[in-house]
Amino acid sequence: MSNALVPAEQTGAVKAAGADIANDFVTMMVADQLFGIPVLTVQDVLGPQRITRVPLAPPEVAGALNLRGRIVTAFDVRRRLGLPKRDADKPGMNVVVDFKGELYALMVDNVGEVLSLSADSYERNPNTLDPRWREVSGGIYRLKGKLLVVLEVSRLLNIKRGAGAAEAA
Amino acid sequence: MDDLLRDFLTETNENLGTLDTEIVKLEQNPNDPGLVGSIFRIMHTIKGTCGFLGLPRLEKVAHAGENLLDQIRDGKLIPNEQAVTLILESLDRIKSLLSVLEQTEAEPEGEDADLIQRLNDYASGKTAAAPAATAAPSVPLQALAPTAAEPEPDEHGFVPVPAHKTAAVADALASQKPAAPPVPAPQPAAPPAPAAAKPAPKEARGEVAESAVAASSIRVNVDVLENLMTMVSELVLTRNQLLQILRSQKDSEFSGPLQRLNHVTSELQEGVMKTRMQPIGNAWSKLPRLIRDLSHELGKKIDLQMHGQDTELDRQVLELIKDPLTHLVRNCADHGLERPEERRAAGKPETGRVNLNAFHEGGHIIIEISDDGRGLNIDKIKQKAIQNGVCSEAEAAGLSDQQVAQFIFKAGFSTAAVVTSVSGRGVGMDVVRTNIEKIGGTVELKFQRGKGTSFVIKIPLTLAIVSALVVECSGERFAIPQISVLELVRATSGSETTIERVNDSPFLRLRNRLLPLVSLHDLLRLGEDRGVDASESFIVVTQVGTYTFGIMVDRVFDTEEIVVKPVAPILRDISMFSGNTILGDGSVIMILDPNGIAAASGESASMGEQAAAAHADERTRTESQRIALLVFRAGGQAPKAVPLSLIARLEETDAGTIEFSDGKPVLQYRGKLMPLVTIDPSYAIRSEGRQSILVFADRNRNMGLLVDEIVDIVEERLEVEMNNVRPGMVGSAIISGKATDVIDTAHYLSLAFGDWFGKSDSPFGQSHSRRLLLVDDSPFFRNLLQPILSVAGYEVTTADTGTQALSMCEAGREFDIVVSDIEMPGMSGFEFAEALRRIERFRETPILALSSHTHPQDIERARRVGFTDFIPKLDREGLLASLNELSAGARVAAAQ
Repeated sequence: MSNALVPAEQTGAVKAAGADIANDFVTMMVADQLFGIPVLTVQDVLGPQRITRVPLAPPEVAGALNLRGRIVTAFDVRRRLGLPKRDADKPGMNVVVDFKGELYALMVDNVGEVLSLSADSYERNPNTLDPRWREVSGGIYRLKGKLLVVLEVSRLLNIKRGAGAAEAA
Repeated sequence: MDDLLRDFLTETNENLGTLDTEIVKLEQNPNDPGLVGSIFRIMHTIKGTCGFLGLPRLEKVAHAGENLLDQIRDGKLIPNEQAVTLILESLDRIKSLLSVLEQTEAEPEGEDADLIQRLNDYASGKTAAAPAATAAPSVPLQALAPTAAEPEPDEHGFVPVPAHKTAAVADALASQKPAAPPVPAPQPAAPPAPAAAKPAPKEARGEVAESAVAASSIRVNVDVLENLMTMVSELVLTRNQLLQILRSQKDSEFSGPLQRLNHVTSELQEGVMKTRMQPIGNAWSKLPRLIRDLSHELGKKIDLQMHGQDTELDRQVLELIKDPLTHLVRNCADHGLERPEERRAAGKPETGRVNLNAFHEGGHIIIEISDDGRGLNIDKIKQKAIQNGVCSEAEAAGLSDQQVAQFIFKAGFSTAAVVTSVSGRGVGMDVVRTNIEKIGGTVELKFQRGKGTSFVIKIPLTLAIVSALVVECSGERFAIPQISVLELVRATSGSETTIERVNDSPFLRLRNRLLPLVSLHDLLRLGEDRGVDASESFIVVTQVGTYTFGIMVDRVFDTEEIVVKPVAPILRDISMFSGNTILGDGSVIMILDPNGIAAASGESASMGEQAAAAHADERTRTESQRIALLVFRAGGQAPKAVPLSLIARLEETDAGTIEFSDGKPVLQYRGKLMPLVTIDPSYAIRSEGRQSILVFADRNRNMGLLVDEIVDIVEERLEVEMNNVRPGMVGSAIISGKATDVIDTAHYLSLAFGDWFGKSDSPFGQSHSRRLLLVDDSPFFRNLLQPILSVAGYEVTTADTGTQALSMCEAGREFDIVVSDIEMPGMSGFEFAEALRRIERFRETPILALSSHTHPQDIERARRVGFTDFIPKLDREGLLASLNELSAGARVAAAQ
């Protein structure tokens, strides 16, 4: 599936260009949109997990899960982006990121491969982007036939700002 | 051994180890000023600590060594071989002194004048050191001679005993007369002796001087412990998982090894926890000095009182709160307390008080810092807030005093008119708050104008492994800390325990009280789907402070040991949870915070709390008067009564089995002869038929009181009237509508055994009359206890109110021991004890609390306000045992 997303020759070409690791992204799909997270922030990629609900938590927090004895907060990316819930029959995956010493599992539909992207294909957030998306996006990479939205973990997890947007919607 | 001394030995031995190598380096590298500096500092530290600990001999040697080093440091002397030899020699001397100190906890007798002389001579440039250098190897011999000679019995007639025993004696001796010759070292094999026996090369002496104390303790980086703790926590969780699997598999071959693993893990966990726990007193140890210096600097009289020093908390937490604590105490002394003249003008005692109090409460540590100073100056804070742009003038006007007070936690705030060297620079309170909040704690500020300010710091024990009750509600599981759970009640519709509703608020009748309930389902908004039959629910009766309430849940599972982990920052705003954890089955579970639930169960909670507290108070008052009484008949028609709790057993025997010994009736009872007494001398003992006996017991002795008939056991409010009291009667009261004589058990006990109290209570074989103050509002109890206490050898003074008792004490009456009731009208026992502790003379006096309420929280509170012990009312044996213990303790203390 990930191969289909990104043609192999393109990956090779970018790698050959000698981009350093800071420009390596873990790619993931959320509601048919390609997203990327800097590879260094990612700790783990997990399959479907048993998640304990946390009552009264912000709607974006799906619950908590156990990752080898550490408690990880599961974060619903779809919810954060104002997207509809994932179909119940699709299991989804979790990308575990470390943010300020705490682990968060970003719940996405699918996880693809790691891409090295060149700065040439980078664009800042276009103004026409949904404000809620603009809030969490660090910019967009133009890929062949696809656009990759860079997720800024710190902004993604800052739901204090997002809460207002969610209410407004 | 004294902690201070132990620390000193460990540290000094470490320092000496460093010095040895440094000095040799210095010899090779005489022009390194950094090296000289560091050597000088170490020597200086040793000197300083010795002076502080009162070790004159060590101090002198170190001082002389320091002198010499000083000259080298200033470049007046070159650290040649001679100088280095001299310094090493002084180090060896220090080591040998230390090793004796370690064994006996006292410095050995003797003089170091020769060594000091040579050190000083060399330092002042005299050449006398030259021959000394060659003589050096023989010097330790002389120095050690006194210690080597000591093991023989000295003039005290001491015989050598193992070191651990001598330690205590040495302690006592040392505190009595510092000049006393030290207790002999246990055996001639003690470290200094072999060195004295054969002149060994320097290296060998160094080895011998290796300290046992230093070897028995090491310094470990906290990170290592921290890591260890995390690993152990994981191990505990894994162990729990394994046990859970095992439970579902009967007769597994793993059960044996798993049990062992279980035990080992538990012990490991305990051990690791122990390494991290330290008494909070460690964080306070510098405060008395701080207060002393402050009182000099500020010209105030300050009295620092500390309670609960032994309260243990995690080492790391301790480190983190040290500075905030110091800051708060300093603030209290500086800002809070007034100058003596101001205090006098305000009608307060000249000496201001700063109180420090620490205790555990519901998985938290509470630290209270309070002063009895002027309180906060609200107007000044308001001005400052407006000045700093924190709020506008209009806003400020609308704020309550308490809201204004919170401004002091804002950055850049100081209301001290004058910036002293101590405080007033406006950095502090914000840092204090941030630091406390960083470890998940809270700080609360209360004040009363003119009366004082108090800060209450609440710190959670985040790392602690706690026991928790696992419950389920709407298909979700939650953990409730066991510590706040009082009991579990199953409520079903139609049964006696059923949930009733008033305007939709659920309540439960529990033992004739209405218990407010909160529905976890509603509180946590768990959705529509209950999934469980609503006609049955479980109620977790929970206590938060004085507020008791029930949490309605669907199911109750087991209790489980859990490692509390803090919730992610993103969830920290939810006050319902104090943390989360991983259960034995690997699933994550949220831990409910009863405090948060109590607070969130609506605004009515706070009112409910007050109402409940008031209600509890009222109950206390009535209950304290209601006691269970055994009503019986003996000699005459008038019923008689005795508090049920004083009776050990009720027996009925064939009158024929009563025998007489020395003219007195006795009964063979449980393989012993039990003396029998009659209600009065004219009472005729039956010769046939059944005879009822009330058995009173004390330790392994019994006494029987012959009665005609046991009428009833009633629970009555006792109002004893004292007219016409005969011996053996406490007084009369109306019980079940009839005038009833209440008998004085003590009287009969002393009839049966003249020495009932006396003998067992004078273990030292000496009679001593100790002055005891008994405070109780109930004349019944006063009359009941007074004879018991008198017989036990106390000179009893009674007071019927706390106020009366306090004025007696204030008026200069001396008491060796105070026994006080808790529930009293007017001044309660708690208030009385607190007030009494403020009187200098009574600070150390044992105060015993007597109460019919022995709830752990009462006991905790009693301990906090200064009670020495807490004894259930009518537990005569407990009271006497406690008194005995305290008297014995006091005697030992007095003997020292």
